Formats: sequence, structure tokens, C-alpha cells
Amino acid sequence: MANTKFIKSEFFFEEDVRESVAEVPVDKHQPWPENEKLKVVGKEIPRIDGYDKTSGTALYTFDINLPHMAHAKILRSVWPHARIKSIDTTQAENLPGVLAVITHKNIPEIKWFEDSFLFDTKIRYEGEEIAGIAAETEEIAEKALKLIKIEVEELDFTVDPGQAMKETAPKIHEGGNIVGGNPFTYERGNFEEGIKNADAIIEETYSTQVVVHNPTEPHCSVANWDGDKLTVWDSTQAIFTVRGVVSRALNIPENNVRVIKKYMGGGFGSKLAGGKYTVIAALLAKKTGRPVRLTLDRREMNLAVGNRPDSVQSLKLGAKKDGTLTAMSHYAYGSSGAYQSGAGCSWPFRTVYQCPNVKVEEYTVYINAGPGRPFRAPGHVQGTFAMDSAIDLLAGRINMDPLEFRLKNYAEKDQVYNIPYTSKKLREAYEAGAKAIGWEKRNKQPGVGTGRYKTGIGMGTQIWWGGGGPPAYVTLKLNRDYSVEVLAGSQDLGTGTYTFVAQVASEVLEIPMERISVILGDTGVVPYGPPSGGSVTSPSISPAVRDAAEQMKQKLMKAAAAVLSLKENDLVYKNGTVSSKSDPSKSIFLSDIMGKINEPVLVTTGAREANPEGYMIQTFGAQFADVEVDTLTGKVRVKKIVAAHDIGRVLNRTLLENQFHGGIIQGIGFALMEERIIDGNTGKVLTTNLHDYKLPLITDMPEIEVIIVSEGDPMISNTGVKGIGEPAHIPTAAAIANAIFNATGVQIKSTPMTPDKVLMALSQNS
Amino acid sequence: MKSKDISRRKFIKNLGGGVIGAGVVLSHKPLKAEDQPAKDENKQNLARLNLTVNGKKVSLDIEPQTTLAQMLREKLKLTGTKVVCNHGECGACTVLLDGRPVYSCHMLALDAEGKEVITIEGLMEGEKLQPIQEAFVKHDGLQCGFCTPGQIMAAQGILNKNPRPDRLEIMEGMSGNICRCAAYPKILESAIAAAEKAE
Repeated sequence: MANTKFIKSEFFFEEDVRESVAEVPVDKHQPWPENEKLKVVGKEIPRIDGYDKTSGTALYTFDINLPHMAHAKILRSVWPHARIKSIDTTQAENLPGVLAVITHKNIPEIKWFEDSFLFDTKIRYEGEEIAGIAAETEEIAEKALKLIKIEVEELDFTVDPGQAMKETAPKIHEGGNIVGGNPFTYERGNFEEGIKNADAIIEETYSTQVVVHNPTEPHCSVANWDGDKLTVWDSTQAIFTVRGVVSRALNIPENNVRVIKKYMGGGFGSKLAGGKYTVIAALLAKKTGRPVRLTLDRREMNLAVGNRPDSVQSLKLGAKKDGTLTAMSHYAYGSSGAYQSGAGCSWPFRTVYQCPNVKVEEYTVYINAGPGRPFRAPGHVQGTFAMDSAIDLLAGRINMDPLEFRLKNYAEKDQVYNIPYTSKKLREAYEAGAKAIGWEKRNKQPGVGTGRYKTGIGMGTQIWWGGGGPPAYVTLKLNRDYSVEVLAGSQDLGTGTYTFVAQVASEVLEIPMERISVILGDTGVVPYGPPSGGSVTSPSISPAVRDAAEQMKQKLMKAAAAVLSLKENDLVYKNGTVSSKSDPSKSIFLSDIMGKINEPVLVTTGAREANPEGYMIQTFGAQFADVEVDTLTGKVRVKKIVAAHDIGRVLNRTLLENQFHGGIIQGIGFALMEERIIDGNTGKVLTTNLHDYKLPLITDMPEIEVIIVSEGDPMISNTGVKGIGEPAHIPTAAAIANAIFNATGVQIKSTPMTPDKVLMALSQNS
Repeated sequence: MKSKDISRRKFIKNLGGGVIGAGVVLSHKPLKAEDQPAKDENKQNLARLNLTVNGKKVSLDIEPQTTLAQMLREKLKLTGTKVVCNHGECGACTVLLDGRPVYSCHMLALDAEGKEVITIEGLMEGEKLQPIQEAFVKHDGLQCGFCTPGQIMAAQGILNKNPRPDRLEIMEGMSGNICRCAAYPKILESAIAAAEKAE
């Protein structure tokens, strides 16, 4: 590696500020010019894994089939809250074809979550793990699950966060049902004073539902031991996290655990954590002496591997007649599930709009249901729905155009840390988006018109971190035949990581894409990189790739100088050839340089540089929705979404569009159809398949226009890239809600905005 | 040699032990005495299935409850076909049965007796992608790729029925295939491009 130093570095991963001391390169590369002047980066280039994925040869964890492999299943609780009194596995063990059964009785105690274990005798939600079985086939394992006899003491349960907060509610953990014991609070200025100065005040409560990730590939692992060494194929967004979790759980050193993930069928945050299923597969593999495959089914996916917490948000906002916000308060609670996760959703509320007097109090509450996990912009989707709904309501009170209202309260700097942004082009996004949707066509008076079908236009604002940061490393290997392998400590979820890594290397080394291979997702091979979440992958990895490639170029120049007996500053690199500027007849191709220095493979390691101190890095954007509401049936049809965003440099226009399409259509799912429903009387989840849990289909997609208003942000990194996965998803639901408001004159204050809720709201208004 | 001329014997020989042993519960552990009846019972329950998969005649003994998807993935190791919901709700397991798209997780393998099944692997010509597959690559009609084989088979099914489908026909034909990444706009673009190229 080139010259490095250790610095204090800070970056946001999901909701957490991560402060660390990180090793970063001393020398900074010149920022790239705008994309127009680049050859490969920013262009519409097909993804390099397209062949594998369309031919059927792409190997997912789900497809791994090892010789002599056994199959495992997990016994899960049918009770929402219970204490296990006894377990009898005799019958299951005696079923022909069963190879091993593990429960809390016959494995070492393995700590899990805050005060629990891999197999706990206290059951806190329907779907919690009780036992694992390995058998010759999955069918036999499933049959054996039913033969395990369990005696429990059923406990009172609570599946509603509002009820769970009460003193009288059944306690899920010793310390009570408020996660951390206290709410998260935040205050700036004087809220009461601000409200006194307001000419118009609104006070409303909004609520959002629990939604489930439901990636297509189930959570699954294949575990195989060679003596003390364990190899795990895992459908994961975080190979190094899984390695750490497995190594700690089994008490073996990390070098003895190799985690591999080449392709995965989606994650959306649900595969960021190390899973119990992975450790169970490893334990069963050890016990049987055979490779073990453990795959969850769709029901388990809807019970036990994460969700977006719900929210109830009570907002109070005040503004002057001229639109100036004077005060904002946010009181909220949401369900964590049975174990700790984050239901907070106030970051947009605290930062998007300029306001001196802000007060926040939010509770994350344990309930007897599957624990939450980060889901594509955790907190922001639900927070933005409530915040931007309230903003439109308030703008209406003072007869102000909602876009004008937003511009009036434009935040020039970060208000929580009181520091400037590295870049903020939200104003440009507002302008471009409004123009593309035809903002002037919106109803000046919400709900005007008398026909059955009413149309309206609305908008929402997006803020998200997505700046990435160190540590993130890349190893680049240049072969003497003018081909390259890039190894990055990352994983491609289907987002296009493989492709942009090759593009960046190709851009710098001027070697065609076809001669570049990318290797990701193997802890035994790649250098460290961050988990693929928080939209940090491209902003963390792309600068490290560029650094590795620039170092390679410098190495070749130095070697060429020695070989040609010329000064380095007289040399220029082009398409793999180093030539003399003063005497163009003197030139040498990289294969010949490497021959002369007797190096078949040259290696460099690149690193992500530090983020600038004293600046906040955020992505920004606005989405505009054009909807039609059928006032007879209550059905909402989204006709068009315009997404205008500031996300730094575009690495690949095709893949970027695809990411935005996905984020927006998932946003439609959140806004209009998806919902996990638990029966309050039994504590059981009613939506455990893809028929009851409604996902958007091809027929639900609107026309989508994606506008990027930014070029590279040179203050962040040498590529100036910010993440896009989460920004694409954040403001869609808010924009749709405001468009429905504009169409009908009625706000739907609860997601999903299903026909029954729309009809109810319309009838209450008439 | 045409693929249809392959004798059953030769085919099984080519496939190796995977198919021959498919109906038997494999165990490398010495069998305990109590395992024997179960093994026999399994054998008794097996049913013979004859069909054509990707142009080759296949004959194998399977448990009657085996779904077509299970048979393809587990017995024939054709893992290109994915199983996502296993309930006939999402279309990831779509294959062509006598040219028409079906959910292979939602039908018994035995119901394919005597029929012709084409999977994503069967679209290929050796290592070469077919036009429909090339369209999905060119127009980026995918993200994670897990539902992609099903999407491509559904699109191929539409083209088999009508080589010149309009946008609405494609939308309708593809509406039984869930893509959680929601790459739908580019999936549609890919299918339309393939339709425009079809003869």
C-alpha cells in the first residue's frame, strides 16, 4: 500500500454514527472531471454478471449441493410468549433418516441478543428457535420437527406497542418493555416559545405498519467442516459480520471460519445480521460430521428474520403566515419486536426543514413478535411519510404552495451537528422534479372536481447519509497478459457492485471491461470491506478501487522509467502503454514491462480515504407522484413518479435507474399494499405467505422518470460517489400520500393506504 | 445424434449415479437394523416417471408427492429453476410444460408424465444465450437475479403463444412473476425488446 496515516474518522451506517480511528491513504488523487469526460464510469454498461443470472448458472447459497450433504430444519415456537418446561426429542431422534437433534439441553450455552441464548427456554415470539434437526432429506427433517414434544407454560403476551408501553403489560424482558429503559430525546431552541410565535398550528397523529423484507432467496446457509476449519456459504449482506458471529458463537478463531457468498437473492437489510440459522447449521454439521444445508421457508421468513418496525407519530408544527416554520415536535413509538432493534424515525424531522425550535421524544418498544432489522432506509420511510404529510397540511392552512413552503424552509446546513454539508443540491432537485411532473397542473384547491376518478400531484423530500467511509480495502492484481482481477471486501446484493468495481478499474487502467474480473464475498480471499447496507458500498468501495488502480498505474510508470532509462515525469500512460512525452518513439507495453521486471502478477492494495472533518455528508432528493383515486372503490393508482436526486457521481446510468425503479416500486408497496398483520387475540402472524402478504407486481408499476442533479462530490472521495439504494425508497410513500391529499382533499394518515382506509376517510369528510 | 435418440440407458449412464440413486435415501453411515424397513417402505412408494427435460428423455423413480420443481432441482440438479414461495404465488419456479409456462412448485412431477419440460438451462444453446436471455442482459431486466429464470421462462411462454404480443399482453403474462427488487420497468423493456426481435 502507498503512504498511509491513521486518522479519526466518522461515518454513518444506517442510523449509527460510527467513529473510529482508520488507516487512510496520505496522497489524494485528483478528483475526476464530470462524467461526460470519462470513458467508462457513468455510462450505460450492462452488468457483468448478466450472463450468469440469465443462463441459470449463477450459483446462490440456495443452490449449493455438496457431496454427502444433510438437510436441516428449525423447530420454531407456535406460542408468542411461553416458558419451556420440558422437551422430549426421543421420537424425533428415532425417526429413520434423522441424523441429529440439537436443543438447549445438548449444546453449550450460546449467548444471543441482549439477555437470551441461541436456544432459550423463555420464548418471546411466534417463530422463535427451539431446536434444530439434521436429516437425510428436508422432508424427513420436517417430519421429525412434529415429533418433538414440548411442554410449556404459556405466558400473557402483548403484540401492540401502545399496549406494551403500559405498566400493566406483560414484561418481555426483565427491565421492562421500553428498549434501553428510556426514550430517545432531542431538543433545540424552545419549542413552546416557537409555538407561541406561530400563526398556524397543526397537530396530527400518523401511523405506519410493519413491513417484511421478503427477499426472494430465503435466508440460508450451508456449513461444512474440514476438521477445525469451517466453511459457510451464506446468503448474507455482510460476510465479515457473519464470520464474527459464527466465530464467537462457536468459540473458534476467525481464521478458521470462511464465509462465502457469490450471488444472493436480495436482502434489503434483512441479511445484515449473522443469523441463528447459520450457527445451527454449523453445529449440526459438526455433530453429524457431514455438510449441512439449512434453508428457511417463506413462513419462517415472515416470522423470524426481520421487518421494518411500525410507528405511531404525533406531530405538532407551527408556522408564520409567510411560511416560516417556528416549531416542530415529534412524539413517537414503534415496536422493536421481541429483541432489540431500532424503531426511531426522527432524523428527517430534525434535519430536512429549517426550524430553530424542535423537540423529539421516541420510544422503541418490545412486543411479542419477530425482531426488527434494518429495512431499506430504516426510520426514514416512516418518518418522512408523517413529516411530509404534516408539512402539506400546514402549507394548506396558510394557503401556500407546498413546494414554495419547502423552499421557504430550506436548510442550508446540518442543524443537529451545526456543520455544513459537503454538497447539497436539493433545490436543483426540487426544480427539476417539479418541472418534470408538471407541478403547475396540481389542484390549487385539494379535492376539487366531482367525478368518480380524482387525480392529484404530491411530493416528498429525501435525506439519507450514504457517504460511506473507511475502512474499505481493495486488492488489484494485474496479470502480464493485460487482464485484471479486483478483489473487494464487499458483496453484491443485486445492486451492481461487481459491475461498478470493474468500471472504476477499467477507467483508470484503460483496460477493457471484458478483461477485468471481480471477486467479492469470500472472507478467505478478499480484504476487509463494510457490510452492504446503509448505501455505503459504492461510496466506500469505488474510491478504494480507484486508489488501487492509480497505484498500479504509478507502479507501471516507475518500472517503465527504469526499463527505458527515462525520467518518470517524462512518461505518460495510455491504454496499457507507457511512452515518453519528449520522444514518442520510446514506449513500452505493460506486458513487456512486467516481463523485464520478471513479475507475472503485480499487486496493489487500495484504501478508502478519510471523510473531510467538520462536514456532514448526506444524499438529498425529492419525489413527485401523480395519482388517480377511484372514489367509488377507494383504489389508488400511481400513474407517474418523478425522482430527482443529489447522489454525487453516477457510476452506471443503467444500474442506477434500475435501483431507483426498485426503490420506488417498493415504496408503492409500503404506501399501498404491504402489511404484516398479527392477530391480537392469539399473538399469531396472519400474513406468512406471498398471497396474504401483498407485494407489488409488474402491473403496479407506474411510469418512472429518474433525474440526477449532481456530478461527483470531490469533498467526499476520489470518485465523489454517494449511495443510492436507500435514497431511492425514502420519499415515495410521502409523495403518494400527498398526491392522494391533493386529489381528494383528504389525508390518509395511516399506511398502507388501502381502499378501505381511503373510502373511510372520504366518507368521514363528506 | 439427435437428442431424442438418446436411449434411456445411455442417458442414465451419462447422468451418473445422481438419477439412479435419486429414489433411495442415501446414507454413508452403516445402516442400523431399524433403518431397513423404512428404506423398503420408501422403495415401495416410488413411482416411475417418464418425461422429456430440455430435449432429453428422462426416466426416474420418485416419491409421488415430489413437485416438478423438486424433481428438477434435487433429482436432475437443474438449479437454475428457483423456489421462492413454494405455494404457487410468485412465479420464480416457472418452466415451460409443452411450451406453456407453469409454476413447477405447484404441480406434481408425476403430472408431467409424457410431457416436455424446458427450464432456463434448456433455453441455452451450449454456452450461448438465446435472444430472450440476451434481451434481459442488454436491457438489465434483473437485479439480484433470483427470480430471473422464472421471468425469462414466463416471457418465453408469452412469445411461444404469440410471437408479436403487445405491451398489455406482456404485462398480463408477466403479472404472475414477483420481482422483490422490483426491476419491473426493465423486465418489461427486456420482454418487449425480445418480442420485437422474435420471428
